[in-house]
Amino acid sequence: MEIERHEYDVVVIGAGGAGLRAAIEARQQGKRTAIVCKSLFGKAHTVMAEGGAAAAMGNVNSADNWMVHFRDTMRGGKFLNNWRMAELHAKEAPDRVWELEAWGALFDRTKDGKISQRNFGGHEYPRLAHVGDRTGLELIRTLQQRVVALQQEDEKLHGDAEAYIKVFQECTVTRLLKDGDAISGAFGYWRENGKLILFDAPAVVLATGGIGKSYVVTSNSWEYTGDGHALALLAGAKLINMEFIQFHPTGMVWPPSVRGILVTESVRGDGGVLKNSDGKRFMFDYIPEVFKDKYATTEEEGDRWYTDQANNRRPPELLPRDEVARAINSEVKAGRGSPQGGVYLDVSSRLPATEIVRRLPSMHHQFKELADVDITKEPMQVGPTCHYIMGGVEVDADTGAADVPGLFAAGEVSGGMHGSNRLGGNSLSDLLVFGRRAGAGAASYVDGLAARPKISPDSVDAAKAEALAPLERAGENPYEVHHELQRTMNELVGIIRKAEEVTEALEAVGKLKERARGVGAVGSRIYNPGWHLSLDLRNMLLVSECVAKAALLRQESRGGHTRDDFPGMSSEWRRKLLRCGLSPDGSSVTVEEKVQPSMREDLIKLFDRDELKKYITEDELADFDALVKE
Amino acid sequence: MSYKAKFRVWRGEGGEGKLEDFTVEVNEGEVVLDIIHRLQATQAPDLAVRWNCKAGKCGSCSMEINGRPKLGCMTRMSTFTEDETITVTPMRTFPVIKDLVTDVSFNYQKAREIPSFTPPSDVKPGEYRMQQIDVERSQEFRKCIECFMCNNVCHVIRDHEENKPGFAGPRFLMRIAELDMHPYDVADRKDSAQEEHGLGYCNITKCCTEVCPEHIKITDNALIPMKERVVDRKYDPLVWLGNKIFKRSSSKS
Repeated sequence: MEIERHEYDVVVIGAGGAGLRAAIEARQQGKRTAIVCKSLFGKAHTVMAEGGAAAAMGNVNSADNWMVHFRDTMRGGKFLNNWRMAELHAKEAPDRVWELEAWGALFDRTKDGKISQRNFGGHEYPRLAHVGDRTGLELIRTLQQRVVALQQEDEKLHGDAEAYIKVFQECTVTRLLKDGDAISGAFGYWRENGKLILFDAPAVVLATGGIGKSYVVTSNSWEYTGDGHALALLAGAKLINMEFIQFHPTGMVWPPSVRGILVTESVRGDGGVLKNSDGKRFMFDYIPEVFKDKYATTEEEGDRWYTDQANNRRPPELLPRDEVARAINSEVKAGRGSPQGGVYLDVSSRLPATEIVRRLPSMHHQFKELADVDITKEPMQVGPTCHYIMGGVEVDADTGAADVPGLFAAGEVSGGMHGSNRLGGNSLSDLLVFGRRAGAGAASYVDGLAARPKISPDSVDAAKAEALAPLERAGENPYEVHHELQRTMNELVGIIRKAEEVTEALEAVGKLKERARGVGAVGSRIYNPGWHLSLDLRNMLLVSECVAKAALLRQESRGGHTRDDFPGMSSEWRRKLLRCGLSPDGSSVTVEEKVQPSMREDLIKLFDRDELKKYITEDELADFDALVKE
Repeated sequence: MSYKAKFRVWRGEGGEGKLEDFTVEVNEGEVVLDIIHRLQATQAPDLAVRWNCKAGKCGSCSMEINGRPKLGCMTRMSTFTEDETITVTPMRTFPVIKDLVTDVSFNYQKAREIPSFTPPSDVKPGEYRMQQIDVERSQEFRKCIECFMCNNVCHVIRDHEENKPGFAGPRFLMRIAELDMHPYDVADRKDSAQEEHGLGYCNITKCCTEVCPEHIKITDNALIPMKERVVDRKYDPLVWLGNKIFKRSSSKS
């Protein structure tokens, strides 16, 4: 059978914020660019982002600047972040947001006509550019429309709208191809008709998002099967920080069919409070030592902060997400949960109904339609949900380049930027900043190539055999293997972890890998979800193995990794990154330790000694003291 | 709490197909898309359906439920009686690929025919100043999740393939209105709305508004005001006179 073949300079896999921004950049730099995405163009998971894009524009509080944002990001990630990424992110986010406005985005405004900015957990100042609570949709639509604008330009110039940038929608990539060490292309299939497709391209940008579909309770859509993580691993790249998974504190808990769907943090940013079944605002009991001086200790002070931020500290409902998720988990475990196993999130007693509808329109809509709850009249029930993976492809901060020549990654599939925990609002800005950088990185890599890497027919044959295998055997139903994986990860490698359980999970994943090799898909190749899932299983299992192996090794609790048997944060462990790779025979995952490079001098000097000593070792503190004395 | 529901689902590919009957478990709080997923997991693994967010935010799972265009993820099973047979069919205006999945490329084609946002050349990023009240009109239309149910239900093209080339459909006529109402857009969109994108076909029956899952007032707030803008231009006696005297088309770019 004939395999459809296309030649491009840059192939971007994924059409969420990072993928589109990368593709726009590559095209703007004159590269012939393909965007390959599993869903329809404009449906990517980015649409689910609600709160906003964090950028220190200082429109609402002029004291904000990139240094404050940098500090907040490092604190949120418990100092495990790749500091160069955190620096670039804080510096470039404002330009990336302003650029969207020039492409037609319509953000909410301040009184003087600038882009309005809202408060969010872990951000010292109001910092999130937003559109009500549908910021992700605005972002994806703006980037989608920018792609269309470039296509219209190309149509005028070359008579072909798709001459320089083309979207291959409902198309899944199953393998990256290499010529020696370097990327030479990508192989996949059209979901619509099952036909196979081959991209001949020297540069691939992964922008495939996360891995949430390995968990039962998740805010992620079906697309989040860790494709990019797995493709990178299989191509020889390394993944870091895979043990750090963000459980968003507020997912819906009822009805069961929507369990896990996100309730935006803006509810708390705009005044919503968390209460247990005794009616108590319990977050005041959960302010950790490292944040003690930054958060209000009484309800009165917390409430005053909404109108007077200069003289009051923020309420603890706005602690970073990992803290709030753990607190909710503890309340429910202590028997102080709501009837359906969550806690109460109340905005109805805090804001007038009209204001709630104006500021949180999609939350109002979502609860009304899906749970029959009017959030202007009664509290919501919420609980933690698997939301985001901090870990991902290890990349060069400036270019998004992975270890494999020609391979780039941006957005959730890349690792390092958020350390052990991501702040809300830092994801949309991450997409824009590093999407652009990865697109530029790929373009300049292509410019520097002496010769185009070649695709070997053998690797295409192998990829083809792998892709068609599930259709050619009458095996187990793939849905059952998937459900069991989700249950395993949810129960044994969830918010709170311990060695025995993670070990048990690894055994289970090992057995599931066996079973996955035998799953079969009935029916034709035309839009066959059973076949698609059979192929996605490989990715979910590989990624789950990374998460569990790294979680077992890291003997401390930090951000999105909480060990019941190692509850403290260790400054020794802060210096170590866990780096996952593929075993030489390709059958399993190996993990090695890598030393985290020390922060650049001008950056570490942005912090107070009192704060640093909570995170860094005695040796590092001595170096810092010497540095400050100079 | 749970019961067995009767479902009739359209199944087929390559231009042929039929309604198939299923009996399937329904639990409290579920929506139609959950039931479709249960069918996939238990009875019909190759049943094709589009979906993504399952929260009414992405607009992927558009389908016709008992003949009405709906998002599968936002249609609660509690809105039906337990003995009712629920019929699920693909959107009718677009060609079926398989089962509930249709070829919606018409919409992407139309999106590309609408000239993009055109800001003045002398405004730099970061310099935009707009008042909330001025952006709110276009913001309403930017709530659109592109489920394409408005285009699906619009009688201009629902059973009239021949109208498709000259009609952008409510979704993209609204996009023109959105850009026309953008405080910084300088392109002239009025003539092309009427002449190239078929605004005149719309006879404001409001079917699009009725099916919009985002409750956007497509007809009242986008299409009618756009029609008024076109009319103001077209029948303004001074513009008409100017065009006659100076032999130019001032309103055309």
